[in-house]
Amino acid sequence: MSNHVTTRTQEEIAALFTEDLITGVGKSVKHDSAPKHVSGEAVYVDDRLEFPNQLHIYARMSDRAHARIARIDTAPCYEVPGVAIAITAQDVPGQLDIGAVLPGDPLLADGKVEYIGQPVIAVAADSLETARKAAMAAIIEYEDLEPVLDVVDALHKKHFVLDSHTHKRGDSATALASAPRRLQGSLHIGGQEHFYLETQVSSVMPTEDGGMIVYTSTQNPTEVQKLVAEVLGVSMNKIVIDMRRMGGGFGGKETQAAGPACMCAVIAHLTGRPTKMRLPRMEDMTMTGKRHPFYVEYDVGFDDDGLLHGIEIDLAGNCGYSPDLSGSIVDRAMFHSDNAYYLGDATINGHRCKTNLASNTAYRGFGGPQGMVAIEEIMDAVARELGKDPLEVRKRNYYGKTERNVTHYYQTVEHNMLEEMTAELEASSEYAKRREEISAFNAANPILKKGLALTPVKFGISFTASFLNQGGALVHVYTDGSIHLNHGGTEMGQGLNTKVAQVVAEVFQVDIERIQITATNTDKVPNTSPTAASSGTDLNGKAAQNAAQTIKQRLVEFAARKWQIFEEDIEFKNGQVRLRDQYISFDELIQQAYFGQVSLSSTGFYRTPKIYYDRSQARGRPFYYFAYGAACSEVIVDTLTGEYKMLRSDILHDVGASLNPAIDIGQVEGGFVQGLGWLTMEELVWNDKGKLMTNGPASYKIPAVADMPLDLRVKLVENRKNPEDTVFHSKAVGEPPFMLGISVWCAIKDAVASLADYRAQPQIDAPATPERVLWGVEQMRKLKQAASKPAATQTTPA
Amino acid sequence: MIQFLLNRELRSEQTLDPNTTVLQYLREHRGKTGTKEGCASGDCGACTVVVGELVGDRLRYRTLNSCLTFVCALHGKQLITVEDLKHQGQLHSVQQAMVDCHGSQCGFCTPGFVMSLFALQKNRGDGVQTYDPHQTHEALAGNLCRCTGYRPILEAAEQACCAKQPDQFDAREAGTIAQLQRIAPRETAELSDGEKRSLSPLTVADLAELYAANPQARLLAGGTDLALEVTQFHRELPVMIHVGQITEMKQVQITDRHIEIGAAAPLTDCYAALAAEYPDFGDLLQRFASLQIRNQGTLGGNIGNASPIGDAPPLLIALGAEVVLRKGDVSRTLPLEDYFLDYKVTARQPGEFIEQIIVPRATPDRLFRAYKVSKRLDDDISAVCAAFDLKITDGMIADARVAFGGMAAIPKRAAACEATLNGAPWNQQTVEAACEALAEDFTPLTDLRASREYRLLVAQNLLRKCFLEQHAPKTETRVTAYV
Repeated sequence: MSNHVTTRTQEEIAALFTEDLITGVGKSVKHDSAPKHVSGEAVYVDDRLEFPNQLHIYARMSDRAHARIARIDTAPCYEVPGVAIAITAQDVPGQLDIGAVLPGDPLLADGKVEYIGQPVIAVAADSLETARKAAMAAIIEYEDLEPVLDVVDALHKKHFVLDSHTHKRGDSATALASAPRRLQGSLHIGGQEHFYLETQVSSVMPTEDGGMIVYTSTQNPTEVQKLVAEVLGVSMNKIVIDMRRMGGGFGGKETQAAGPACMCAVIAHLTGRPTKMRLPRMEDMTMTGKRHPFYVEYDVGFDDDGLLHGIEIDLAGNCGYSPDLSGSIVDRAMFHSDNAYYLGDATINGHRCKTNLASNTAYRGFGGPQGMVAIEEIMDAVARELGKDPLEVRKRNYYGKTERNVTHYYQTVEHNMLEEMTAELEASSEYAKRREEISAFNAANPILKKGLALTPVKFGISFTASFLNQGGALVHVYTDGSIHLNHGGTEMGQGLNTKVAQVVAEVFQVDIERIQITATNTDKVPNTSPTAASSGTDLNGKAAQNAAQTIKQRLVEFAARKWQIFEEDIEFKNGQVRLRDQYISFDELIQQAYFGQVSLSSTGFYRTPKIYYDRSQARGRPFYYFAYGAACSEVIVDTLTGEYKMLRSDILHDVGASLNPAIDIGQVEGGFVQGLGWLTMEELVWNDKGKLMTNGPASYKIPAVADMPLDLRVKLVENRKNPEDTVFHSKAVGEPPFMLGISVWCAIKDAVASLADYRAQPQIDAPATPERVLWGVEQMRKLKQAASKPAATQTTPA
Repeated sequence: MIQFLLNRELRSEQTLDPNTTVLQYLREHRGKTGTKEGCASGDCGACTVVVGELVGDRLRYRTLNSCLTFVCALHGKQLITVEDLKHQGQLHSVQQAMVDCHGSQCGFCTPGFVMSLFALQKNRGDGVQTYDPHQTHEALAGNLCRCTGYRPILEAAEQACCAKQPDQFDAREAGTIAQLQRIAPRETAELSDGEKRSLSPLTVADLAELYAANPQARLLAGGTDLALEVTQFHRELPVMIHVGQITEMKQVQITDRHIEIGAAAPLTDCYAALAAEYPDFGDLLQRFASLQIRNQGTLGGNIGNASPIGDAPPLLIALGAEVVLRKGDVSRTLPLEDYFLDYKVTARQPGEFIEQIIVPRATPDRLFRAYKVSKRLDDDISAVCAAFDLKITDGMIADARVAFGGMAAIPKRAAACEATLNGAPWNQQTVEAACEALAEDFTPLTDLRASREYRLLVAQNLLRKCFLEQHAPKTETRVTAYV
């Protein structure tokens, strides 16, 4: 082969060698796709050039929440010109069930339907509109069965998708009975639609040997591969999944992407034609699962300082009709029902209620946010009961550093940063001063009231299912020095590819421009875990680092041999390599290594150390480490309408040693705003038949530009490496900031509580829509009136 | 045939299905997939494109939702999409600003934001030194981003506005104007695929004639509601008559006593006149859907579709506005409150169309207040929309006009409330009595936006707020004042 490497003098290379990488670890490198995003050149699955003869698929959804299917007649579908095939459950050649972990999710309804929106038949035609029209022409007859639509109803009937589970430490009953003070309460926490801007989509091309190549927008390529193989009845090695990028995921494409992919594969198999299935927004919102709504009951015992002595919390997740990931999701809610606090003697029960709704699924935080909302509600309630500032009660209950530092699942909380972080945020946000200003404002203003809240986040990092904590990567170095990087994680906007490329760049000491990031592909890196649980960088970054280090070590050994020097004399820096006292470029070394018959390709692998968990005992160390954050939010509430506006939020968040501060801040801000949306305006409403009424952005409102705080100040904790040996001592950032949004919800309640002098906790379930806020206002006004009546009136006999 | 510029390329389309949206046209007919479908209902902004049109001898650029725009609306205009911004391999300054500020994460909403920012930058006056974040908020309120939380996008907006440089569109402006002049509509344009057709007349007289001859046709103004019948409800619209090319119907004129608004004037064009006269009307219009929708949607359409939750009708009814209806050569004028008969039923006869809306001008003796209450402050449908127009003389209410949206099957006056107010002193006691009366006037529904109890209490509280704002003008009463 030819040698076209630019030649530089030793002095020039030596000068370059002294400089640092511009795009290595810790630099605010721009998202690798940004120039393509802004120019419309970034290709999403629906943007791919269509295959000749491609069919478009539409699935007709059940319009009954619970019914036996008496009859399906697809003959009328074929009367619509352009229709290729209409299928039912009976046409699936392999296994019908596409449940992620446990069975329960048939690809097409088999004999019965269990929620409004469940796919019953699928039709493929030459256009989506034709397929839809034909699907609606089919005759489907139902015999209605009694649905269960209410989570409390399901809880009382013990109508569960999985058994209940308990975390227990000490004797909570005794602690409650002997505590100086005690409070009971309940709370509904709403679900959340993912509202990824790109709806679920897959495109499938049949290949030889009965295989399929599947282009799909999924966080979980390996699972889609497995399920496609299963519905076709072929082995996994026949199926290739290709995933370049998603237009947002947030957990909604962890299990829910499999349906369209499998539907495409089945029809491609039956027709021999390429297929595409893209869900229109209404179908996407109706058919796919969401964040679990939760119903919470609590009983808490505490003393006059607000210190918890004991607690019992029942967390009932509304799982919808099937298990999906609800086992782990409710577990994570239980794991996070302490948030940052030592609970004392605690009994935490988790229930997985079965209702006739879409099967609720992973969503950023994975149950954790719901558990944390529960305990934050309790902190507020305790504070109101005692007439204390809620922040004082929160701090009083923080985990200690050397004592009171073991969770209710027996993991020791190490390297706890919340005390310092809270102090820093209290100072930088001027909490005390603003508390006074707000009191003055509220005293002077009869209609508008301001509220303030500072809430912490402690979030456990690692998949709750321990075996998933593994990652893989594949790195090739080509003879021109360019690098091909592939790993098992998926890019959904979070900047994972950019961060992993920075890791590889850092190892080789080359700039990121020479690293080509490629689509996640199951024939490059097999058996991948979903990109979920905030783990993308931790797992795949480490795996890519491992692959790069393997190649680098080969290069070092080769150079030591070739130039007869010690390995310690070889140093890579800024695209150059020092060989004891002479320098060559990285490109030159690669060329020489190629001629020296060195393998320039390697896989990489990583598994998370230290973690273990015995679920039967509810004990262990499920989390490798914790990520911390704190937010202080101020809101203003209109007590005549319940409307509100976010005025200011100060955030301090811990990402360890940041791999990319700009991307991390993007995750913190984006997570925070998504979290505040969940707890304020994002309301899912079903009618009494179980039909989702908020099935589009006209009725389901995610935060718009005016909903971000007018003044948003985000800071990453500086100079605090992750004490654990994570990739360059960074910390995961995908999910933890989501729960910073709880500060907004608490601030709204704080504003409302001002109406009764902060001595009662307004019952404002989540989300705190203007309506719920106004009812909270009315509740406070009545309490205030009752309190201000003369004593004689109060003691009047009934 | 319709003709338009696809950026620089002249397109003549004759046989397209007129139910084709611009988004479908771009993605499916032209293979231009940069423009994304996020919802196909005009609520997310991912499909935002910019349309350039001649206003006099100048080019004006506005954003619109391509998912809600039928192709016939492009006739005589220039369509600019995200693919057209990059020039000679260089990103446009708004694109570069988005990259520099880390304004994209998943990137799916990004083309829409880029186009909104492009129009924002284009509409910034030359030589303007200051930066107005409020304009940015207005420009971006119809673009949803699920990833970033918006802060970096706002930063990009500021950079793009402050770093405005002449671009390729400026360089070509004269040529574009000449091209648009050459294809300026000169007669009624028809688009037909043999089954469905759309007609775009140029004069009111032609419209009257066409509609009389085709009373079954659907009138297409901005299309922001009508297009939903196709994209969301999967109906076919066999005949559409597009009123958007009729210059006479797009005028907004201010006379001594009235504001006369052509039924086809986009809401954006109604803003200045209404906001100057009635500040609360202006405030409400700024929260009326999104800028993309207001650039397309018309006051005539907002009345014509007879939605119980349209935001303009309660205000117009309270103000005593009238509609001019026309059928053939015959016109009649009707108080707007008499136009709405029942849920989606109006006084409009077959073949009759709204030509004009006549709004009385403000007088010093009248107090006008309007309020919109919704789950989200921007681009949301009201749970309750209230308007109060009160003539107060010597502390007595001489004439009260009170109208609500979201409280009944139609936008409606509150008769009992008005009766309580009329002739009574303008004080707390009267207001409380009038609040009681509201419970007689309305039995609102519970739906996904609010419960009946909430709607009624809010309606009452808005009257209380109106009173308070007038009696204690220094009291802060609106969270929307915090910007």
